[in-house]
Amino acid sequence: MSDATIENSQMQTTLRVLSFVGTLLLTFIGLTAVTFFISRFMAVDPVLGVVGDKAPQAVYDKAREAMGLNQPIPIQYLSYLSKIAVGNFGKSVMTSHPVLEDLLHFFPATLELATIATLLGVAVGVPSGVVAGAKKGKWPDQVVRIVGLFGYSIPVFWVGLVCLFIFYGKLGWVSGPGRLDIGYDDIVTAHTGVILIDSAIEGEWSVFHNALSHIILPASILGYFSIAYIARMTRSFMIEQLSQEYIVAARIKGRSFWGAVWKHAFPNIMVALITVIGLSYASLLEGAVLTETVFAWPGLGLYITKSLFSADMNAVLGGTLVVGAVFIGVNALCDFLYRIFDPRLSRA
Amino acid sequence: MSSAQSSTMTWHDWLASETPTSRVQALSSRVYQSIGAVTANPAAFTGLIIISILILIAMFAGVITHGVSPYAQILAERLAAPSTTHWFGTDELGRDIFARIVYGARVTLTIVLLVSILVAPIGLAVGTLAGYLGGWVDIVLMRVTDVFLAFPRLVLALAFAAALGPGIENAVIAISLTAWPPYARMARAETIAIKNSDFISAVVLQGASTARILFRHIVPLCISSLIIRLTLDMAGIILTAAGLGFLGLGAQPPAAEWGAMVASGRNVILDQWWVATIPGFAIFIVSLGFNFLGDGLRDVFDPKKS
Repeated sequence: MSDATIENSQMQTTLRVLSFVGTLLLTFIGLTAVTFFISRFMAVDPVLGVVGDKAPQAVYDKAREAMGLNQPIPIQYLSYLSKIAVGNFGKSVMTSHPVLEDLLHFFPATLELATIATLLGVAVGVPSGVVAGAKKGKWPDQVVRIVGLFGYSIPVFWVGLVCLFIFYGKLGWVSGPGRLDIGYDDIVTAHTGVILIDSAIEGEWSVFHNALSHIILPASILGYFSIAYIARMTRSFMIEQLSQEYIVAARIKGRSFWGAVWKHAFPNIMVALITVIGLSYASLLEGAVLTETVFAWPGLGLYITKSLFSADMNAVLGGTLVVGAVFIGVNALCDFLYRIFDPRLSRA
Repeated sequence: MSSAQSSTMTWHDWLASETPTSRVQALSSRVYQSIGAVTANPAAFTGLIIISILILIAMFAGVITHGVSPYAQILAERLAAPSTTHWFGTDELGRDIFARIVYGARVTLTIVLLVSILVAPIGLAVGTLAGYLGGWVDIVLMRVTDVFLAFPRLVLALAFAAALGPGIENAVIAISLTAWPPYARMARAETIAIKNSDFISAVVLQGASTARILFRHIVPLCISSLIIRLTLDMAGIILTAAGLGFLGLGAQPPAAEWGAMVASGRNVILDQWWVATIPGFAIFIVSLGFNFLGDGLRDVFDPKKS
């Protein structure tokens, strides 16, 4: 290869990275534009929230000016953007803390829930998807199809309530809503904010056990939705791979059927699975909104919905922005990993 | 074909004919064969039956409940367990849950219809315009689509519903604003596939305007896959609407909305399980119906994706 072609391919790589970063930035800016748009069109007048509805016109105008609301919309948007760039989402009316601080405080709980659910989804969803794809049309396939259809049809808030009723109310197998029983609060210091890890670090196994009995129900319910999605996608990837000629070749050379499935077909779907798992993880971070409400789980979702009802728009929009940013970030990361692991794409 | 032969021809032969002799015959045979294909697919057939029942329940709500109002409060009978007088029991205000479920079918159907009416034209307009015109129109429209696609749906709908204020119309708007991007993507892909075909070149040469080409030639070809996709999405729309209702951002009291009904039974779930449980079954069965139908339709009309 000559120097010129090496330089050329390097330049192409740089260009690709630049366009990737550019697209990402553009999406982020679009995200802020939408949240800004929402804040402009909201039903509650933010000025009235500050001065009250009995304030004389002069006071109202002054407050409006102080809040920058008399400026032209594009200027307002720019100042909003510059505040967000330094992490200033304003103050939450509900907790009277800066919104960013609140979000950082509540995020680990959501992360904990979504991570365990995704681990469940991968552990159960991938193998059952592979088997369903390999045994297309047979009973494992039908089971995965039904699990998938149920997963797409069950209202998550309802199944949460019903499971609370059965497993907590009637059987008493698990603990009720919340992350810990009241007696266990404040025993472990927050190193990571994830109670299961914090209590394990400090060796407080009674706290660990209590936290586990609280998380198992919401995590299993979210995990079910993750299993439904991952299994369905794995199945269709598997069917596509198994119809390829290299599988026939492997079988002719004497590979057993399951050997061909796991040693030949499975490695080829792993790259596509990364994207699926990432998407399911990101959607769990948002899907947790309803689950957190039902289980009084003090995460981002509960924070956003609670703020909604105290008309705390700073908190709602800050939360929306962060969830959206995480969503975009995970998507971009998957896209990036896909390009790295799939040699066809990195050269194309 | 002689007249003697055609007199012995049955309706089935006429409809199943491979060589239709008129437009009417061609159209009716297509409808006939589609119905045959859908009813032969067990999933699609089950879905079709569930949704037909839902529509019938919504239409004849008054007859089915024997005139029991979904709003009539009998406080003396509040939180009554299911019995022969109240099949599904009563809620915390003594309203008959069976009547509220039946009338709730109307709310659900209204939401589904309104969202479809809003989402389909937006998706078609954005997608076909971007696909047909290409260039910077395509780039700008698809960037906007990507931004909306990158949003977590429920959170965005939540923020919209919060900004617009609670209510069923605003919930519909919020859901539509978050639901259109996949349709735009799909319509764009189809338009790009269609626009270089000979029949489009032919109408261009005949002097058809861009608007005419889009509306008369491209949009009709995008509609069938749009309908399949919409059917598959219906369950998601119903679940999002129910979720908004559960959070108190959808239909407002005293409206009989299934999601809000689950929420109202939340505090009494341990003692009066029926208040929250039964409306959830309604949501589940209807979502399942739409999923069955959508899955089946995809199997029937799009064999390569099954």
